[in-house]
Amino acid sequence: MIAPTKYEAVIGIECHVELTTRSKMFCGCANEFGGEPNTKVCPVCLALPGALPVANKAAIEHMIRAGLAFGAEIPAFSKFDRKNYFYPDMPKDYQISQYDMPLTLGGSVRYWLDDGTIKECRLTRIHLEEDTGKSMHAGGDGRIAGSAYSLIDFNRAGVPLMECVSEPDLRSAQEAVGYLEALKRTFVLLGVSDVKMEEGSLRCDANVSIRPVGSTALGTKTEIKNMNSFRSVLRAIDSEIARQTEILESGGRIVQETRGWDESQGVTHSMRSKEEAHDYRYFPDPDLVPIEIDAALIENLRKTIPPLPAQRFERYLSEYKLDPKQATQLIDNVPLAQYFDEAVAASGNAQQSTNFVLGDLSRLANETGVAVQASPVTPAQLAELIELVEAKTINSKIAKELLERMWAGEGSPKAMVEKDGLAQTSDAGEIGRFVAAVLAENPKAVADYKSGKTNILGFLTGQVMKASRGKANPALVNELLRKELD
Amino acid sequence: MNELVRRSAAEIAREVGAKRLSASEVTEAVLARVDEVDDRVGSYLTRLHELARRSAQRVDERVAAGEKLPLAGVPVAIKDNMCLTGTRTTAGSKILENWIAPYTATAVQRILDAGGIPIGKANLDEFAMGSSCENSALGVTRNPYDLARVPGGSSGGPAAAVGGFEAAIGLGSDTGGSIREPGAFCNIVGFKPTYGRVSRYGLIAFASSLDQIGPLTRTVEDAALAYDAMAGHDPMDSTSIDRPVEPAAAGLRTDLKGLKIGVVKEFVTEKLGPEIDALYRRAYSELTDLGAEIVEVSLPSADYGLATYYLIAPAECSSNLARFDGVRYGLRVEGDDVGQMYEKTRSAGFGAEVKRRILIGTYALSSGYYDAYYVKAQKARTMFAQDFRKAFERCDLIAAPATSGPPFEFNAKSDPYSMYMMDYYTIPMSLAGLPALSVPCGYAGKPQLPMGLQLCAPLFEEAKLLAAAHAYEQATHYASQLAVAL
Repeated sequence: MIAPTKYEAVIGIECHVELTTRSKMFCGCANEFGGEPNTKVCPVCLALPGALPVANKAAIEHMIRAGLAFGAEIPAFSKFDRKNYFYPDMPKDYQISQYDMPLTLGGSVRYWLDDGTIKECRLTRIHLEEDTGKSMHAGGDGRIAGSAYSLIDFNRAGVPLMECVSEPDLRSAQEAVGYLEALKRTFVLLGVSDVKMEEGSLRCDANVSIRPVGSTALGTKTEIKNMNSFRSVLRAIDSEIARQTEILESGGRIVQETRGWDESQGVTHSMRSKEEAHDYRYFPDPDLVPIEIDAALIENLRKTIPPLPAQRFERYLSEYKLDPKQATQLIDNVPLAQYFDEAVAASGNAQQSTNFVLGDLSRLANETGVAVQASPVTPAQLAELIELVEAKTINSKIAKELLERMWAGEGSPKAMVEKDGLAQTSDAGEIGRFVAAVLAENPKAVADYKSGKTNILGFLTGQVMKASRGKANPALVNELLRKELD
Repeated sequence: MNELVRRSAAEIAREVGAKRLSASEVTEAVLARVDEVDDRVGSYLTRLHELARRSAQRVDERVAAGEKLPLAGVPVAIKDNMCLTGTRTTAGSKILENWIAPYTATAVQRILDAGGIPIGKANLDEFAMGSSCENSALGVTRNPYDLARVPGGSSGGPAAAVGGFEAAIGLGSDTGGSIREPGAFCNIVGFKPTYGRVSRYGLIAFASSLDQIGPLTRTVEDAALAYDAMAGHDPMDSTSIDRPVEPAAAGLRTDLKGLKIGVVKEFVTEKLGPEIDALYRRAYSELTDLGAEIVEVSLPSADYGLATYYLIAPAECSSNLARFDGVRYGLRVEGDDVGQMYEKTRSAGFGAEVKRRILIGTYALSSGYYDAYYVKAQKARTMFAQDFRKAFERCDLIAAPATSGPPFEFNAKSDPYSMYMMDYYTIPMSLAGLPALSVPCGYAGKPQLPMGLQLCAPLFEEAKLLAAAHAYEQATHYASQLAVAL
């Protein structure tokens, strides 16, 4: 028996992401999810006789920005090609795509794993193509076999899709998911896609092979098709690695083929072998003029690229000392992360900013359904609050109360502290008077303490805090109580 | 015959514009002519009497309201591969026999906006593939000068309609000579503008990189008028050229003084027989009589024209015609599954010539043959452009035969290759995207039947080309020297 660790996986991902544009790739129809079937269609996206495509400039700009974000080369010249095959969902029976001259070449994606390790996966290319329509098979169990008839909704036909093709740089299912999450975060950040998985706006295929650890030769790969959730990707790749490992261990040979992922069974299954592969007969689409990309346009678009998630992640870990989970939590909510950055900049206190943003503010956001960054609490006000806490002007209890009032729109915490006299008091004389009063009112507690029930101290502290309306310095209260009782 | 039907488009537009004649009167005269002769000629697949009458009424109203319409009341025959809202648009194929277009082609719309009256949808070789109009699946069109002979193809319907006085302007499409050749056969002017000058939006594609809409008319002036109405950028066609159009109708001239006209060394007319050789020699000397200087130019690639064309055009058509699959519109023949439905539909829907070209094109694009055929053909095509560029360094225009002989009898060219040879003189200009026209230049054969002189200009020099053709036409008047057969 050979230990499974003898093998390492080699994984490359092809991932389709729908672009966020107002109109479709080659016509003026709305690029929106849903709607009554076949209401967002025109002669062009239905491929009526005589209709011609015209390329969407916004989609091309999105592609260039995505490429620039990953450090890809943007060739000066690009073109569209036709990928020919018959498919009922596809109106023209060819897909307009890009073959040998894509809009972006190379580049790499930096991503991280749960433990905070930063990794990198090279990109082969990102190219632009169009989506197909959607079939529904009726009168059976939803599959085409056994259905009485099929209906097609062409609303999605012609929606712009970018296809990101990675190099086989990924070594585990976790890395594959980390890579996909980085793509998703970056696209959302750039505003080129909203990556709504539930609407199918990200779909991917994985090429998986395994090889003995230390080997540089590639094993025979299989391609797992059409996974549309990170969970499927994780499970499918793990299951495929296990399947291939088992075959090799039992002396078998991997067959190069396309495999489908069965979510309910948790296994991949053979779809078609390499021998049945399509001949797509790619050739330049004569209906579309080649795309010439001006260097000035590239430079203008480069200026619109914000710092990428991986950069932010590294900064959060190294400068702010956040743990990877907190950092990820922030980065996965870009506006919240921006809010956080502003709060840190204003307060100079990353730890307290993290605590408030991921703690009380996120809780209030959940309770009220208002996003933190949309709430009345500005980063500057939060910084004020942090300053009050840090200076021990207020204690954490008062801070919590103030935050709720700030959320309700009462404004500056400093002003509230001044107006309501909420500043913490460390005046021993004043606190001493509260202590004396509390001890006098609670003879039983005092007796209990003296008989050894020292945990009653917490109760007494609470009473003193209450008597001081929360303003007393809790540490001092504790100190004075002990002094009186011991 | 009502003399109104003999009038040129220019005369009609002038008279209607001056309110000396109404669009309705002209339309009634032409409709009567259609009713009288078209059962024998077969120009039209669909007659549009009602629409024509409504359009004429509307034009008369517009003229009465003071609008200046360059084609006011001009009867137009529309080749049936151009969409016109609400009318049957068949492309001469069974697969679209009953398809009603839900939108209008840009070129057609511009002609109608200029005051043109749609008389009918005219016959053509199926999907514009052919050189005789014998490949229509839906009807026979006869040459108005000899009903036993073909009108030429693929724009045989509009050419016969104009030649037989059933319209003043025919809208045709030229891929390898499909306007110039039937123009020559029907004793009229057939004009193919520069590729991209007239929008292809709404023209049912045969070979996208070659297809070009142009007019068939009885005079060069009419061709210029129609061209002026149609030419210009269309945002719906990305291959349409965004560059100002020099109006052609205003610049027509009556001599050729100062022009150098090139005669192509490789276009030897001797091998066409003494009669045709003499005819073209006479045509060239007529050009000198008008003041032109004849110079010899060379197109070294000339003999590769057919081979190049019959790879590129079929390659594009194999992809363009994929959409006719029975899924969304047109003919559907049911099968046990979707694959069988495709097969049965396309087997029943396409004629032999269309299938032949789809097969050639599929083969030429398939992996393993792509470089040897398609890529090589594209390289040869570049050679044509270069050859012409060089030739035009020595001359302003090129003169050549339009066809290798006069109209032939039905079924005279039974093997595809001898039919393809018909386009020997027109294909080089198509491959280079150049503007070219055919103008009547005399008669040949027994009985004497029309022949055409082809003139060709550098890219975008339509105005110069039409001006010269006008001078030749005005000096020779060949069109009026032979009577139509009915």
